[in-house]
Amino acid sequence: MKVSLVDRLLFLMTAIVASYQIAIGIEGLGSIPTLAYTVGFGALLVAGLLILILGFEVLQSPVVVVVATLIPLSLAIGMVWEYLPGWREAYVLYAGVGLLAIGLTRFIRTSRQIATLVLAVVHGVAGLTIMLLPLGAVMAQRANPAFLFVSLGGALIGLMGLLLSFLRMGSLALGQEKLLRAFTLLFFGVTVVHVLGFVWR
Amino acid sequence: MDGPSSWVQSIRRKLVLYWPLIKGLQTSLLMVTGLAGYMSARSPISNLATLAGLSGSLFLAISGATVLNMWWDRDIDAKMGRTQKRPLPRGELSSQETLRLGLILSVLGIGWSALLAPFYALVVFAGWFFDVIVYTLWLKRRTCWSIVWGGIAGGMPILAGRVLALGSIDLIGVLLTLAVLFWIPTHTLTYAMRFYSDYQNAGVPTFPSCYGFPVTRATIAASSVLAACAIATASVLVGVQWGFVRLLIVLSSGLLLLAISSLLRPNERLNFGLFKYASLYMLASMVLLSIR
Repeated sequence: MKVSLVDRLLFLMTAIVASYQIAIGIEGLGSIPTLAYTVGFGALLVAGLLILILGFEVLQSPVVVVVATLIPLSLAIGMVWEYLPGWREAYVLYAGVGLLAIGLTRFIRTSRQIATLVLAVVHGVAGLTIMLLPLGAVMAQRANPAFLFVSLGGALIGLMGLLLSFLRMGSLALGQEKLLRAFTLLFFGVTVVHVLGFVWR
Repeated sequence: MDGPSSWVQSIRRKLVLYWPLIKGLQTSLLMVTGLAGYMSARSPISNLATLAGLSGSLFLAISGATVLNMWWDRDIDAKMGRTQKRPLPRGELSSQETLRLGLILSVLGIGWSALLAPFYALVVFAGWFFDVIVYTLWLKRRTCWSIVWGGIAGGMPILAGRVLALGSIDLIGVLLTLAVLFWIPTHTLTYAMRFYSDYQNAGVPTFPSCYGFPVTRATIAASSVLAACAIATASVLVGVQWGFVRLLIVLSSGLLLLAISSLLRPNERLNFGLFKYASLYMLASMVLLSIR
């Protein structure tokens, strides 16, 4: 499907918002959270630009699954590093092994069930971390309530992952065009709420 | 009968014809590189008159060189589908008028540069010389390697901007020039592949016709990566804020991803995508260098 002008504008704005966060929004943090957030927002930025330039066909590439996992995983690593110091090493290890497992099951011939299970576990835990950790941080008064925007972002990432799965399966229940339109909006929404949450926390 | 309104209409008509002759978008992008070169050494800007002089002189000199290129290549342009709708092949402008326009713009641009600073004018003239004499008149119809000289000419505006700010050529200036030089092949070679038969019809030697598509794709990928390395190194040396360097690294990784993909799974869409991304990358780099 052709990328419409509105879609192009939304992807461009997504790229600008993610660029802002990378360049300015994550100053003053430690090196690991900075790296993790740079990877997360960087993946959003590059993905936005690539869809803008190459069109929605890019979403069919097997690399998309890895990139789509990289976003929640890296954001979750940054947040765990900042708010749950006792879990740092374990979470980084889990994320590394999880990403490797997703990469292997996507590029090496394995059963579809195993690949889906690995993806669901890794993606799911990262998504839950992003959703629940800000909630805990706000309740413990370690962050401003605006940090809950990140929780919303986590929920939206989950929705985006679901949409991507539908798109990749070629689901006709909603129609490709509607799914892609929803994906563009979600992609923009995920980026904006995350940036708002991190900037205002 | 000839009132002011008919004068205005006549001027407007001429401008409409002249705009494609100067390749407005490409000339503006090269001018932006000149501004970035200047601002990489003098940011924030305190002397708006110099900045206006830099913009004006570069725009005129680059436009002059481009018009002269169009004038010389009018026979080639007429044979190529991509270019035969330009005003000169369509007969909307005479070759004498185009030659006059090219010379006037060139003299004005280089003359204005000389008023700003002699060394700056020398670099602007070098760019004009490499583009018009070496690339267009001498090498373009003889060898596919002419693009290297076209690339050097394209790298001169950014060097000129830096020279105007510093009064000398330094390592950063050379790196910035290299960045543009390596970026140019992503532009020219992508077009050479996309309009392969056009160039064949016109008898212009290109990389795809001399070395084939796989070598051309590899050259594009390698030059994109080298351009990214040069601009990233220059940015660090310029003292660009760490956040901007981070952003540049992220954008570079996207460029690298596309370059590798176009090598592993070559197709025209990916190749054209790499060209578009590289152009966007160059523009973003220039903005980051300027605001620092």
